[in-house]
Amino acid sequence: MFSSRRHDGLRDVRAAVPAAAKRGIMFLSILASLLKIAVLLGLLMTAAAYLVLVERWIAAWVQDRLGPNRVGVPLTGVRLFGLGQPVADGVKFMTKGEFTPSHVDRILYALAPIVIFAAAVSAFAVVPLGAVAPPRFWSEWFDVSGPIALSIAPGLDMGIVYIFAVGSVAVYGVVLGGWASNNKYSFFGAIRSSAQLISYEIPLGLGILGVILVGGSLRLDEIVLHQARSGAWNVVTQPLGFVVFCVAAFAEAARLPFDLPEAEQELVGGYHTEYLGIKLMLFMVAEFLHMVLAAFLIVILFLGGWHLWGLTGSAEAVAWPTALLRAVVLLTKVMAVILFFMFARWSWPRFRYDQLMNVAWKVMIPWGMINVVVVAAWMEYGGELADWMNMSNIPGLAIVGWGALLICWLATSIIDPTATDNKPRPELPHINDCVGQVPRT
Amino acid sequence: MKPDEENITWVREPRLGLLGRSYLMLFLQGLTTTLRHFFSRKITVQSPEERHEMPDPSIYRGVHRLNRDEQGRVKCVACFLCATACPAHCIDIVAAESPWPDREKYPQSFTIDELRCIFCGMCEEACPVDAIELTGLYDLTGKSREEMIFDKQKLLSVYDQTKDAEPMRTMRVKGRGTRGEG
Repeated sequence: MFSSRRHDGLRDVRAAVPAAAKRGIMFLSILASLLKIAVLLGLLMTAAAYLVLVERWIAAWVQDRLGPNRVGVPLTGVRLFGLGQPVADGVKFMTKGEFTPSHVDRILYALAPIVIFAAAVSAFAVVPLGAVAPPRFWSEWFDVSGPIALSIAPGLDMGIVYIFAVGSVAVYGVVLGGWASNNKYSFFGAIRSSAQLISYEIPLGLGILGVILVGGSLRLDEIVLHQARSGAWNVVTQPLGFVVFCVAAFAEAARLPFDLPEAEQELVGGYHTEYLGIKLMLFMVAEFLHMVLAAFLIVILFLGGWHLWGLTGSAEAVAWPTALLRAVVLLTKVMAVILFFMFARWSWPRFRYDQLMNVAWKVMIPWGMINVVVVAAWMEYGGELADWMNMSNIPGLAIVGWGALLICWLATSIIDPTATDNKPRPELPHINDCVGQVPRT
Repeated sequence: MKPDEENITWVREPRLGLLGRSYLMLFLQGLTTTLRHFFSRKITVQSPEERHEMPDPSIYRGVHRLNRDEQGRVKCVACFLCATACPAHCIDIVAAESPWPDREKYPQSFTIDELRCIFCGMCEEACPVDAIELTGLYDLTGKSREEMIFDKQKLLSVYDQTKDAEPMRTMRVKGRGTRGEG
């Protein structure tokens, strides 16, 4: 049931109108897109700046400190609980001397932050905030019909694939930055990062597959609509996929239990050790945007997007008040997930590198595969099984899903595939015995 | 060289139970710890407005002072013991013949480079007449290097500034005996 319906009413009418009107509509459509891009970019930059402040607050509060609470309106002494801090941070980053270390590869050094930032921002083009029914005068004046989608590229049928494609470009930014810096710590960070990001893309994709199978579409707005219509969020029916996707999303965003790329205590700063000023700011903003994107995806794919029972309805397009309410619900959920991300940073210690890889390959990938198999089997035979169990489709899938999670978790705990033995192996030659044989260059 | 296998006892960490291996307990433990601290009382001292409360300033090693005797004269007898004890060589004394009958020498100039000082307190230990002491002033700042070289006048003014909050050690030993050693 891959839908071919276009949400963008502007496109629908293109074929049916004369050339002059066509040009006008094209102009309008470009203008609308530019407007949406401007609004979204502004929102994202502001959000990233203030999320830095929130992150610092939470870091401080969790450590029994107060955090930034001084910067307010400049020259007045008004403090505003430190809400001026992001502005001060931004000004500081931008007015810093633009220094390039002499030992770097200049072109790649300048390219890396641009790559990672562009990749992070462009992924937001398909993130839907909902759709709104146009007011009547709009349809009459511009001869368009259909709901107006509140996202930049609403008609994209392969939204989730696009996000994945763009998201995997981010690893190039990290690798380029680490390589161009010509610094051991940066390089370690980049190498760790490339292996980690590539490994965790597999469970990330597996976690999504189940959702796509049930939702029947790659479009994010369609996936949300499916959850809203059935009233059961995917986290209820596919908890296994949710866990796999969450863990992989943490790793893809390089947040703390998996922040090996920049592990401050080990690598100074990881791949952006050699950066300063506005380039460093681009790296940091991109990092926060990755986290925001991960939160958006978790909410849209598993936590029902803008849907909340009894509040937002489940129609595809609604009038402005409800559309606004949906946006608020969506953003509240996203904020809650982001807060969880920030709490997680201080709650659990970082994985060792081999543990990180073991979790990806020996736990998360099998779990993701089991989830896909369970959901696919349910899609094929679920109806009969539900009939036999004498219940409707959704609770049946939920029971099977939670059962699968329980069994997987129990089996993993018993087998314990991530356990490692650090004991040295005497049958292997000791490093000191090999010294003479190592060719010295 | 291989490790001496027969002399090594390998201690394995105990294998976790099923609950521990499931990672759930660690998950909950971490989250409850952060949440508990998140809502607990904050210990930050808002520095310029509030001051850090020092339990006993006499054992803190902050800015130096030169003590005065009962007649308001500098107590120092220019014996150079502090300058000799100083590991950072930050004390510079110029001695001159004393104008007073109770000692032979007095410091004509007495300068401490506070930027070189490592605040080890050896000068205070070395002084035979308890003339130099480290106070509880901990926020020592200046706008130039010259400003941070304290001369005799400045060091005596530190004494004037801190004598009420921190009485001279010898005086206190005689009076109340709060400090164990002499």
